[in-house]
Amino acid sequence: MGDPARILVGLTDEPITGDRLQRETGDPGCGALVTFLGTVRDEHHGRAVERLDYSAYPAMAEREMRKIAEEIVERWEARVVVILHRTGTLGIGEVSVGIGLSFPHRRESFEALRHAIDTFKESVPIWKREHFTDGEAVWVEGS
Amino acid sequence: METPPSSAESRRTVLLFASLRDRAGSPSIEVSLPEGSSVADLRRAITAAAPHLAEGLASSRIAIDQEFREDSDTVSGDGEIAVIPPVSGG
Repeated sequence: MGDPARILVGLTDEPITGDRLQRETGDPGCGALVTFLGTVRDEHHGRAVERLDYSAYPAMAEREMRKIAEEIVERWEARVVVILHRTGTLGIGEVSVGIGLSFPHRRESFEALRHAIDTFKESVPIWKREHFTDGEAVWVEGS
Repeated sequence: METPPSSAESRRTVLLFASLRDRAGSPSIEVSLPEGSSVADLRRAITAAAPHLAEGLASSRIAIDQEFREDSDTVSGDGEIAVIPPVSGG
């Protein structure tokens, strides 16, 4: 009680799983833990995707992720905020981004989670390169 | 009164990412920038140094020291400059 909120943000080349996120986000003083996992889809505008490469501006990506985390703590009084994003090559179904938030009660958790992923997609300098099954690859800029 | 062009100009490194990095064939380019330049001036300097980046630059934001900046902001003397295309993480 009264301890500062816990924040963990960063880029990772290790797989992000629901288990990992739950473990990192768990807090004995909290009764609500919400997670969002963004996964690699097998098509883009009807075109078959084989894999994605994620590349980042690491120093700024971590700063922007930390800003989001601090805002979630400030506005919604989260007790724990975890934001992780993969870099490197990801296959279909792999998790690219994981967000975990813990709150004493559930009420505020959903709105905060939506805000976190929406803001992430606007401000964190990470880019994906889509490799299609036909061999072509393109940078995706904007979503 | 003309001042020598080199006196108040410095060579600055501009970090590039995603399609701009591919187009430049390099993770950064060098530009010549007068002291006290704005972000808008910086954009013109990048276009002058690398015209083939103009199109991607127009849709990109500029960050200095890992913070997004407006065109009217001043480029600080030793800040890390980066061109940030529309992001697609998540």
